[in-house]
Amino acid sequence: MTTSPPKSAAHPAIEFVGVRKDYLSHGEAVPAVRSLDLAIGQGEFFSLLGPSGCGKTTTMRMVAGFEEPTAGRVMLDGRDVTGVAPNKRDVNMVFQSYALFPHLTVRQNVAFGLERKKVAKAEITRRVGEMLEIVSLTGMEKRQPREMSGGQQQRVALARALVNHPRALLLDEPLGALDLKLRQQMQIELKRIQREVGITFVYVTHDQGEALTMSDRIAVMNSGLIEQLGSPRDIYERPSTRFVAGFIGTSNLIDGRVSWADQGYAVIDKGSGERVVVPVPGTVPVGRDLEVSVRPEKIDLHRTLPSGVTGSLLSGTVTEVVYHGTSTNYTVATSDGTDLVVFDQNAHDAEDVASRGERVFLTWAPQHSYPIGV
Amino acid sequence: MRLRIGGDRLLHVYTWILIAWLVLPIAVMILFGFNDPQGRYNQTWQGFTLKWYGEVFALEALTDALVVSLLVAVATALIAGALGTGIGYALGRWQFRGAGALNLLMFAAIASPELVMGSSLLSLFVSLGAPLGPVSITIAHVMFSVSFVAVVVRARVVTLDRSLEEAAADLGASGWTTFWKVIFPIILPAILSGVMLAFALSIDDFVITNFTAGTTQTFPLWIWGSTRVGLPPQVNVMGTMIFAGGVLLAVLSNVRSRPRRKTA
Ligand SMILES: Nc1ncnc2c1ncn2[C@@H]1O[C@H](COP(=O)(O)OP(=O)(O)O)[C@@H](O)[C@H]1O
Ligand SMILES: [Mg+2]
Repeated sequence: MTTSPPKSAAHPAIEFVGVRKDYLSHGEAVPAVRSLDLAIGQGEFFSLLGPSGCGKTTTMRMVAGFEEPTAGRVMLDGRDVTGVAPNKRDVNMVFQSYALFPHLTVRQNVAFGLERKKVAKAEITRRVGEMLEIVSLTGMEKRQPREMSGGQQQRVALARALVNHPRALLLDEPLGALDLKLRQQMQIELKRIQREVGITFVYVTHDQGEALTMSDRIAVMNSGLIEQLGSPRDIYERPSTRFVAGFIGTSNLIDGRVSWADQGYAVIDKGSGERVVVPVPGTVPVGRDLEVSVRPEKIDLHRTLPSGVTGSLLSGTVTEVVYHGTSTNYTVATSDGTDLVVFDQNAHDAEDVASRGERVFLTWAPQHSYPIGV
Repeated sequence: MRLRIGGDRLLHVYTWILIAWLVLPIAVMILFGFNDPQGRYNQTWQGFTLKWYGEVFALEALTDALVVSLLVAVATALIAGALGTGIGYALGRWQFRGAGALNLLMFAAIASPELVMGSSLLSLFVSLGAPLGPVSITIAHVMFSVSFVAVVVRARVVTLDRSLEEAAADLGASGWTTFWKVIFPIILPAILSGVMLAFALSIDDFVITNFTAGTTQTFPLWIWGSTRVGLPPQVNVMGTMIFAGGVLLAVLSNVRSRPRRKTA
């Protein structure tokens, strides 16, 4: 299917150049987006991820044209669209509330944008039919939005935007109103549709799982700034700031002072044979304070002191055991007072499970941990 | 909570009293349209007849008055409907300078006694040298009914999801197109309620019409003039017809606004 518009690959689909956005609230300028320089590539599935109020919606609305930046420029396909009205911008948006026109049928809703562009009747019929097929709504053309389920309305909203072949599709927490099962189904669906139509998707969400599953790249935002920009794997495995480490998944953060460093490794000695070994770029000075992040699923839990450990080793007391079916989650209080979370796959026998109050040993390979902000 | 015991019975009785209260005068009006009175006074039941329905337009002056009333009411409904929709939409949609004053003015127009409004309108028309007749009546009727339309429309507009307008703009619609293709169809039921309200207010208005009519006779003015000499049964017949028209409209709009059943 070749439904994607011809694109000039020379330019990013969307570009923010020194963008700032302040809202006026009671005569006072409140910053929503502080400083944004970002290029989103053609055909990319790009997610803006961050907690509520961090400026995701504002960022997206500046692309759609519903908000104008206080400073800086927004470019679409290399063209400066700052100050251009929303109805003159070649992007389309899927609203969180869907914003379907309640008085129109599914077909009329989807045809709305094409009719505004004065596309020929036959062409409209063809494209609407094709799009409804892509979103699996064939046969529902004559229904009104209120006669459809939330998931179906969601698909109508998607079709209504995509049928126009926009330069980019903007989705503001589009799955927020759906229940978990439907949401997971739609995540896969959305990814499939995006591949099929080849249009740039900008996806706003506060759900890290959603962003990690679907995106080519993610920008993690916090109070109006991008904290980290990278692939889902980058962001998950190598969070570059404390905020990202805490926001994405469950992260363990261990503080300590570098005892000695060598050949791209730093070691934090915790005494009595316990230590944290972490890879570092270049060299770090001995005595420097370091914050190390390690994911719960990377840690191995032992009920007896393992021998021949070359990586990190810590001991502690189990304070919490939560059974999750496929895995068991432990919380372990280490001797230096840090609480570490460990996910253990339930592959072995039930006798192997440590119980609350038990003394355990934690190990992980150096390459599974990262220093924050180094 | 103690009140709940027997509350159901009480509610039933209360409902029926209320219905009787509302319906009884109308029932009497309808009934006496079928009466066959011997003298001038159609006040005691003297026998059933359908002849007034056959001769409903026999009294020329009464028929003329009814036509004037209907024309004025239709014109009022249309003009007040258009103006009220504009005002109501503006008030519901934007915050602009003077919005507060406009709100106050509308409330004043609704709340002020008809006697005051009628007499001041009369002196206005007289001082402007404007002739009194159907036109002056219509102007007066639009004046007092436009606020009702505006209030009804505004109430609907403030509950509109703002993202509908953004969605329309996002899909390439200009402000004008957005209004006519999206906003207007959605608020149309409210507009129609407002228009019907304006029609109803206009067709039976007496006080303000009495001040602004000059020598023109409207349906209510004619009835008032005839009460001393006895009302002909045609008045009941016409009243019944207006009532039936109103019921029909109400039923129709009820059916229209009921959501369609899901088609499996
Ligand atoms: N129209 C507005 N007027 C004033 N402040 C706003 C407006 N919209 C958003 N804000 C503020 O800007 C910040 C960012 O909001 P938003 O972009 O909606 O965040 P997010 O979508 O990430 O939850 C928040 O602090 C919010 O309160
Ligand atoms: Mg938001």
